[in-house]
Amino acid sequence: MSAGPAGPVDGAEGDDTEGDDGWEPLQYHLNVDGTRRVVSGARLEESLLTVLRERLGVTSVKDACEQGRCGACSVLLDDRLVTACTVLAADAVDARVLTVAGLGASGPAARIQAAFLAHGAVQCGFCTPGLVVAVTDLLGRRPAAGEQEIREALAGNICRCTGYGRILAAVRDVQAGRAPGGSGAPGGSGANRTNGVGGA
Amino acid sequence: MTGRAGVVGGNRGVGSSELRPDGAAKVGGAFAYAGDLRVPGMLHARTLRSPHPRARIGRVDTAAARRLAGVLAVVTAADVPGVATYGLISADQPVFAATEARYAGEPVAAVAAVDAATARRALAAIRVAYEPLPPLVDPGLAAEPGAELVHPDGNIYREITLTHGNPSAEGPVAVEDSYFVGMQDQAFLAPEAALVVPAADGGLDLRLATQWLHSDREQIAACLGLPESLVRLELAGVGGAFGGREDVTLQIHGALLALATGRPVRIAYDRVESFLGHPHRHPARMWFRHTATAAGDLVSVHARILMDGGAYTSSSPAVLANAVTHAAGPYRVPNAQLDGTVVRTNNPPCGAMRGFGVPQVAFGHEAQMDRLADLLGLHPVALRTRNALRPGDVLPTGQILGAPLPAREAIEAVAARPLPPPLTAAAPETALPGGRATAATHSRVRRGIGFALGYKNLLFSEGFDDASTARARLALDSDGVPFGTVHSACSEVGQGFVTVAGQIARTELGVERIELLPADTGIGSAGSTSASRQTWMSGGAVHGACVAVVDRLLARVARSLGLPPEVVESPRRSLVIDGGEIIGTETGTRLPLAEALADGGPVEAEYTFHHRRTTALDARGQGDPHVAFAAAAHRAVVDVDLDLGLVRVVAMALAQDCGTVINPLSLRGQVEGGTAQGLGLAVMEELVTVGGVVTNPTLHDYLLPTAADVPALDFVALTYPQPGAPYGVKGVGEAPTCTATAAVVAAIRDAVGRDLRRVPVRPVDLVDLSALADPAGR
Ligand code: FES
Ligand code: FES
Repeated sequence: MSAGPAGPVDGAEGDDTEGDDGWEPLQYHLNVDGTRRVVSGARLEESLLTVLRERLGVTSVKDACEQGRCGACSVLLDDRLVTACTVLAADAVDARVLTVAGLGASGPAARIQAAFLAHGAVQCGFCTPGLVVAVTDLLGRRPAAGEQEIREALAGNICRCTGYGRILAAVRDVQAGRAPGGSGAPGGSGANRTNGVGGA
Repeated sequence: MTGRAGVVGGNRGVGSSELRPDGAAKVGGAFAYAGDLRVPGMLHARTLRSPHPRARIGRVDTAAARRLAGVLAVVTAADVPGVATYGLISADQPVFAATEARYAGEPVAAVAAVDAATARRALAAIRVAYEPLPPLVDPGLAAEPGAELVHPDGNIYREITLTHGNPSAEGPVAVEDSYFVGMQDQAFLAPEAALVVPAADGGLDLRLATQWLHSDREQIAACLGLPESLVRLELAGVGGAFGGREDVTLQIHGALLALATGRPVRIAYDRVESFLGHPHRHPARMWFRHTATAAGDLVSVHARILMDGGAYTSSSPAVLANAVTHAAGPYRVPNAQLDGTVVRTNNPPCGAMRGFGVPQVAFGHEAQMDRLADLLGLHPVALRTRNALRPGDVLPTGQILGAPLPAREAIEAVAARPLPPPLTAAAPETALPGGRATAATHSRVRRGIGFALGYKNLLFSEGFDDASTARARLALDSDGVPFGTVHSACSEVGQGFVTVAGQIARTELGVERIELLPADTGIGSAGSTSASRQTWMSGGAVHGACVAVVDRLLARVARSLGLPPEVVESPRRSLVIDGGEIIGTETGTRLPLAEALADGGPVEAEYTFHHRRTTALDARGQGDPHVAFAAAAHRAVVDVDLDLGLVRVVAMALAQDCGTVINPLSLRGQVEGGTAQGLGLAVMEELVTVGGVVTNPTLHDYLLPTAADVPALDFVALTYPQPGAPYGVKGVGEAPTCTATAAVVAAIRDAVGRDLRRVPVRPVDLVDLSALADPAGR
């Protein structure tokens, strides 16, 4: 991205200025979380993210940069991890789109979600849907990924709140096949001093 | 605490690692953030911003935009019915720039249209007659007498001269240098958004992401010319804040458009607008001179701090007070002259960000302490422990430091943590600076270790009574089971107040099920979610309300049991709630809680929590300005690639003064997140401006720490209870952000042997480019 004058400033938008700009509304179908959804009145240049959120109301897919830099919009496209903001919706027409909501209430994604909760990997939670998709993809491909591989694999998903510590703890726990611990994490604050509060 | 006589928290009360009540919705994607809200018939709003850092504005021609099909309203400064300006401390920021734009990105107009694409086209159709003027972007020039004024209110937001002891006293050993901190952005992950719905009574209902509902309401109502009672706010899901949502941004614009059209308006920023739309962390130029005895006792600290507040006030005066009063760090300093100025320029406005003025000075004073240690031949930890503040010490403001403040213990604790194993030739590329893409040559990697000690004030300062109100209620559900309800306007931005409030209510009301009502303006203010204050202040309000509910219920029971008046007066002496029963401690009588509530009906109480009074600073910077402090110490270990100037933070250890821990899991999340933000400022995060224009307002160019950048945190919690706070809590969110930056840079200095006077540290600060310029390498 080139450095330029900031933002949506006057006259800086790429869109056409007035009236009929000659675009042809598209109609197509998307397969989202196993359901065939009709998209109509769409523009060709719309990203999968825009169509999911603004045309289909799938707001579980988050929108934080629209540049493929934050991973908040991560979805699986024919089992491939993509950022929905960098894929044209029209290119996804023949593909299966899986969002966090479609990953299933049981199975690996559910275990990942439970581990995120149990380990405090969720604060504001805005990164969470994308991270759950990314971790599902990673552990599906590389169930025994080591620490450094996990870190690199998740480097496309920005979390501004957690510093990643609890996210990595959740991933390791899923790998180890441990049941998420619920509220059983060590609690004590009676002593004046506790090392490693909350567990490693 | 759990197990305290008369209360039951069970394993879900205070002290437990209770999980977030909103967690299930968040992991499943069902949690509704402000940007996710949709209502039928809503319009989409966009904001037009000045591309110029300074320009006279002539005519704003909106006629063509209004004529576009699908455009419902265009508003400019001429359409603001109430006060034309707003602001947290001083209302000097125009809702829309009217005659002059003072920063690049300043709003000039806003439009509402049937969809976002039409709204964007409408922006492009607005013609603004700008006459660009030379911007004043150098804070040093802005502070000079006779400088051209950026604004009629003047260029100086605040100046503080703090004199302590005898500032001309000098020790025999002195270090002196200048430092610079770049402009950091909060970069919360969910960009700004609000849904504004006009109401039949002529008022408005806003659902939005903010840190402080009541402050927003006050400012919105004033600009709309409406009574506050007609402006109702409810908190929507907030995707992080870190100070960046303390100021009003899009709220008034959305409200004006909703009033103009009579239709619901969704107003939301994309990432670029988010970077331009909210104030940032203040860039700071700082000069320090420290003197000490030959043995290493500090004799004096002199500091001059110049902060760039940008075009409008925001919270600049309060940020400066924090910077100046913390400038000497958590050390015993008998003599000090600490001076600061925060100025107005044509740069983007700066305001609150986690740490609020303290990370800047901590970077400076900790660099100074390392240089002093070096000169004295002392270990950096030894110099710090020698000078660390102890309760009872006099701070530079004259304030007596209260207990607890385990500063010395914190730095000793991190120093005692095991170090990571040394880098070996067997380390994979991914473990080297630069990672796989630009991996270093092993032999050209140097390891460094750095320490930083800091402290941060908690709650609002300088006489401000940032009280918090909460309501609690005990009633029976439809199955006849007792449950509690808690209402507070505290903004949950991710920090976990919703968890803590439930834990406190569970502990005090003695019931398992707690329902938290939405945060809104239907109750008194909870104050801002900032200054590490909500667990203490709104936690205190929830605690007080719950205690009052139980008192009322027990008094009612005592009365109905015919107990003597002195028992009715203070029923806790004879009655406790335990295990769902009200038990007479002397009589042994047992009354099911459900029965007591069925007999007399639900019990409700409201409570307002105030912290102890503080005072403003006088003309010499003296007073009792801060309620309390929290100390933190970091140790950072880094590897630096000497050829490419890339840094890898290998390990971080933190010891922090946390007070009583309400939720160990939440605490850990706070300190890990706070550490990561400090790390970001140390090595990557900077909003760069050229001539006042931000050149990198995207996540492509503004780099945030990723999972590959932030190492595991080795954390030691120091948990001495804080007097005056519910359960003895301390705020925990900010202290780690204040020390992480300084520690990481200290470690880089240790690795490369350079002074490093600015953050973020850039590759160009670490490599020897002279060798490139001169092929002979002389
Ligand atoms: S919104 Fe798609 S990667 Fe950030
Ligand atoms: S939890 Fe807030 S961004 Fe990750």
